[in-house]
Amino acid sequence: MEVLSLRALRDNIAAGRTTSVEAVRMVLERIGRIDTMVGAYISVFEEQALARAAEIDGRIAAGLPVGALAGAPVAVKDNMCTAFGATTCASRILKNFQAPYDATVVGRLSAADAVIVGKTNMDEFAMGSSTENSGLRRTVNPWDTGRVPGGSSGGSAAAVAAGLCAAALGSDTGGSIRQPAAFCGVVGLKPTYGRVSRYGLVAYGSSLDQIGPLTRTVEDAALLMNVIAGHDPSDSTSVCESMAPVSDYLADLDRPVEGLRIGVVSSLNAGADPAVVKALDEALAVYRPLGAELIEVELPHFDYAIAAYYVIATAEASSNLARYDGVHYGHRSKQAEDYVAVYSKSRAEALGQEVKRRIMLGTYALSSGYYDAYYLKALKVRNLIRTDLVSAFERCDCIIMPVAPTTAFNIGEKTDDPLQMYLSDIYTISANLAGIPGISIPCGFDGRGMPIGMQILSPAFSEDRLLRIARMYERQTQWHQRRPDMG
Amino acid sequence: MKVAKLSRLELTETEVDQFTGQLCAILEYVEKMNELDTADVDPLAHCLPIRNVLRADVPVESLGTQRVLANAPVRDEQFFRVPRILDEGSGA
Repeated sequence: MEVLSLRALRDNIAAGRTTSVEAVRMVLERIGRIDTMVGAYISVFEEQALARAAEIDGRIAAGLPVGALAGAPVAVKDNMCTAFGATTCASRILKNFQAPYDATVVGRLSAADAVIVGKTNMDEFAMGSSTENSGLRRTVNPWDTGRVPGGSSGGSAAAVAAGLCAAALGSDTGGSIRQPAAFCGVVGLKPTYGRVSRYGLVAYGSSLDQIGPLTRTVEDAALLMNVIAGHDPSDSTSVCESMAPVSDYLADLDRPVEGLRIGVVSSLNAGADPAVVKALDEALAVYRPLGAELIEVELPHFDYAIAAYYVIATAEASSNLARYDGVHYGHRSKQAEDYVAVYSKSRAEALGQEVKRRIMLGTYALSSGYYDAYYLKALKVRNLIRTDLVSAFERCDCIIMPVAPTTAFNIGEKTDDPLQMYLSDIYTISANLAGIPGISIPCGFDGRGMPIGMQILSPAFSEDRLLRIARMYERQTQWHQRRPDMG
Repeated sequence: MKVAKLSRLELTETEVDQFTGQLCAILEYVEKMNELDTADVDPLAHCLPIRNVLRADVPVESLGTQRVLANAPVRDEQFFRVPRILDEGSGA
């Protein structure tokens, strides 16, 4: 089956070469056929999607204006609120939760005439790097069903890779868009903190969380950014456009960045698997004939990022997840006699192991007597990490490094050892701590045929240049055109 | 155990054993931060210059009781229902 890019599909629909109903039907048929195996979706809105598609087709047929996504089928990670269907965060505690409103990004997708076909699986509350922490279903990697899709936006990445939607949204707190994008061979962009509204995104680590696109091409990521980026009065951390204007990310996309200076941290890259190192070296070689200069930079505190992250993110999580109290919404224990038991039993019964671990870790780090040693210390280390990146960007336009030390690992390989799982986030975490954008794009395959991702990091609010730099590479290579054979 | 209590998580004995080991290993790793001298470094809680954002003081429509209560596991007409919090005769 030919799987079109989001851009090509919406162009075809808008020009009348195909219809939204046709495109949505094709995706729904494919979901029906292979999603029992892939497990990308938690919910699928068949009737609603077809009705919406027919409405959009009607407008196109009547010659009326249509939005930038023109009825293309897209998916949304299940931690973004939708006023239709459930919003579960892949947690048993929210299994039946019906949000009373749409997240801002969901509203923006609808206003651009996207058809939301379903909501995707994830690690419970976005806590994890493999989607194995989902409390509701298992997602596999479309390239090898014995391997994980990455996480926490594993459902979105697998859906895009397997052609179960034209594009998807994910969220990234420590690598949760970029790492599954790399594991599934698709493009994943984490925007600058504050670029995309978090209103209606169920909070995990509020100073780190950011929503972004997972797509088949860099151009599709730019197209989706045009739809979702911008100030939102409902999110006090969303940045005013007077401070950092939102670009038209498609306008200059094909114009290469002249005199591009690429920062490379050799010592850091050497820590990845040989296949990843080799793919990265070859990718850097693609940039050289385009006039790019490679500059060796140093990030002396990079090695402390995981430690700082797992204190800060869990501290924020322990506070954010206090709202799951068995009273206002979500699971309530049937065994609770008093009000404290309503909290402790409801939470104990319905939260998964990783979520419990992180709540406890964060509670400990914030508790009296330990606050300075853990939480305050981590905030100071965070400052050092950001300063490293800011200094490095004085000498280069972007930094290129791996997304993950390995390609997708086997299902079950790291579930017994949470620390090992955390360590696999080494390359992605710094961007969240520093609030800068990062993109993962396909740059090769390992010996077992698993996709490899290359990560490009750039200064805050430079998504336009970041996308152009990624596009320079994509135009020279065909990795992004390979699709897993799913029948 | 104290952390579990503070976290409002009623754990089984097996869970307590398992989590104790895992959390100790994670904390031991995290202590790696102590290799760094941060005496002169300011803490960075947020990457943006965050300010309070106030909107104009104009009333807007709220969700309404029924929609707010729609997801409540146990409700009593227009209230969230919880077990008794105060003792009988406490005067509240």
